[in-house]
Amino acid sequence: MKLENLKQNLQALLGEKLVRMSGYAGQLTAEIRPENWQEAAQILRDAPALRFEQLTDLCGMDLSTYGDGRWKGARFCVVTHLLSVSNNQRVRLKVYPADDDFPMVDSVSGIWSGANWFEREAFDLYGIIFNGHPDLRRILSDYGFIGHPFRKDFPISGNVEMRYDPEQRRVIYQPVTVEPRELTPRIVREEGYGG
Amino acid sequence: MADIRNYTLNFGPQHPSAHGVLRMVLELDGEVVQRADPHIGLLHRATEKLAEHKTFLQAMPYMDRLDYVSMMCNEHAYVMATEKLLGIEVPIRAQYIRVMFDEITRILNHLLWLGAHGLDIGAMTMFLYTFREREDLMDIYEAVSGARLHAAYYRPGGVYRDLPDSMPLYEVSKMKVHSAQQVAAMNDNRHGSMLDFIEDFTNRFPVCVDEYETLLTDNRIWKQRTVGIGVVTPERAMALGLTGPMLRGSGVAWDLRKKQPYEVYDKVDFDIPVGVNGDCYDRYLVRMEEMRQANRIIKQCVAWLRKNPGPVITDNHKVAPPSRVGMKQNMEELIHHFKLFTEGMHVPEGEVYAAVEHPKGEFGIYLVSDGANKPYRMKIRAPGFSHMSAMDEMARGHMIADVVALMGTFDIVFGEIDR
Repeated sequence: MKLENLKQNLQALLGEKLVRMSGYAGQLTAEIRPENWQEAAQILRDAPALRFEQLTDLCGMDLSTYGDGRWKGARFCVVTHLLSVSNNQRVRLKVYPADDDFPMVDSVSGIWSGANWFEREAFDLYGIIFNGHPDLRRILSDYGFIGHPFRKDFPISGNVEMRYDPEQRRVIYQPVTVEPRELTPRIVREEGYGG
Repeated sequence: MADIRNYTLNFGPQHPSAHGVLRMVLELDGEVVQRADPHIGLLHRATEKLAEHKTFLQAMPYMDRLDYVSMMCNEHAYVMATEKLLGIEVPIRAQYIRVMFDEITRILNHLLWLGAHGLDIGAMTMFLYTFREREDLMDIYEAVSGARLHAAYYRPGGVYRDLPDSMPLYEVSKMKVHSAQQVAAMNDNRHGSMLDFIEDFTNRFPVCVDEYETLLTDNRIWKQRTVGIGVVTPERAMALGLTGPMLRGSGVAWDLRKKQPYEVYDKVDFDIPVGVNGDCYDRYLVRMEEMRQANRIIKQCVAWLRKNPGPVITDNHKVAPPSRVGMKQNMEELIHHFKLFTEGMHVPEGEVYAAVEHPKGEFGIYLVSDGANKPYRMKIRAPGFSHMSAMDEMARGHMIADVVALMGTFDIVFGEIDR
């Protein structure tokens, strides 16, 4: 019931800015056009029927290996979770940056101050650029780190390792010597497998 | 006229009040903070990426290592997300056990916070007091899961096992630290079942909270260090993404246990304390009252658990392993066991966000599955991360010593901030 209400409100207030909506496990996901992202965010925060005062979470996602290649859309996605304290409702928003090689969306840190660090994190881990962000630096990875570690093409063991070199008498970086291995293979089973 | 410039001071990462590995670059004008720039990530272990390479069950113990002072609450968010994706029911007894352990964890966390917060701003004794009670709670953890810290007790579909019938006893050591008489006294409340021990704790604990309060609540020095420090208005608190006691300290009556109840929180009776001024002192009072309320919830859970035996994990063997006896007598159950622990469970395609009211705030797990035996993407929404990002705004205009008070009030644990 509440979900239906929210769905109608979103449809009425966002209109063209909305691409599609879907519900799963009692949670609503709305996909927003990347070019309208900032305006939509403003409406989501300020419209009395929505009033999403708090940005709970914002994260990047790399869909390049989703379902072992089943995914045909844009490679990157910015997923935002909003919470309305006054209306006690949540919504999940998805924005797909258009260009896979240079993913860029508008920053919403001017609308929710809490988005600042979350956007820095998505930039650091996925290389998604947030246009208009006041201070887009790396946040979690090391000073001088190269690459975006959470992209699916970044190996889990990393590319470089660090050791102390007794000859040069300093800490050096070298290509990783770790053999890649998989303990449990990733398996996607057909529908209704095993009864 | 001399040229006056701002100082830039490097705080941490080895400072004792940095709670681990926080490095902060402070721009100072005299002793007043102009800008605080926290550099986090020194404890980054890429838990989310590791989880993408582990089965749903294997990723579970990583949760303990996020916020390593409130282990079971982290697990709770993760198993709840998995259960929502799988669409399975959790037995009611398991729900009560989870609620009870969530509240035990809340006390455990707040006790460490209180001790460390006190220690940071000069109240040394607190640490000794709070660790006395923490010891008992750790023993409960150990008795139920086998580990004092990284419990790995919750499972998708329930909890690993039912509550034990006995508590481990102290033994007389060869070192003669305690005499046989002293050891007998220490074992006094350990002769019954675990529930007896927990009940004994809940009876003792309110007096302990009174003790902490006599040390701090009206203490002049404590008030000088906390009253009026780090004031956040309710509007700013929401915009900054503050949750939990940080939000309630500013006067917003928001608690997931009441507003979006999960498990059996709608069946137990408790109150939500709310602050007025939104300063460090109010947040201190909120957390103190939360400990009393947690104690109340534990009491109700103990009473219910005594009366209602039953299963503690789902009997869906695609998710939870079959019993040892069943496994040894029945071929199908043997296969289930084998498949579950080699290949892992298959979670239907979909995405879900599950959040719990963690002692520090809203701890959420955003889980995406593409139908494989491993998560496609897991995002951990750590409350401390948002709190830390508010540091700059809250510290501006305060003295450098107040930054330490702020860190205490944030209840920082780097395991969850850096993930």
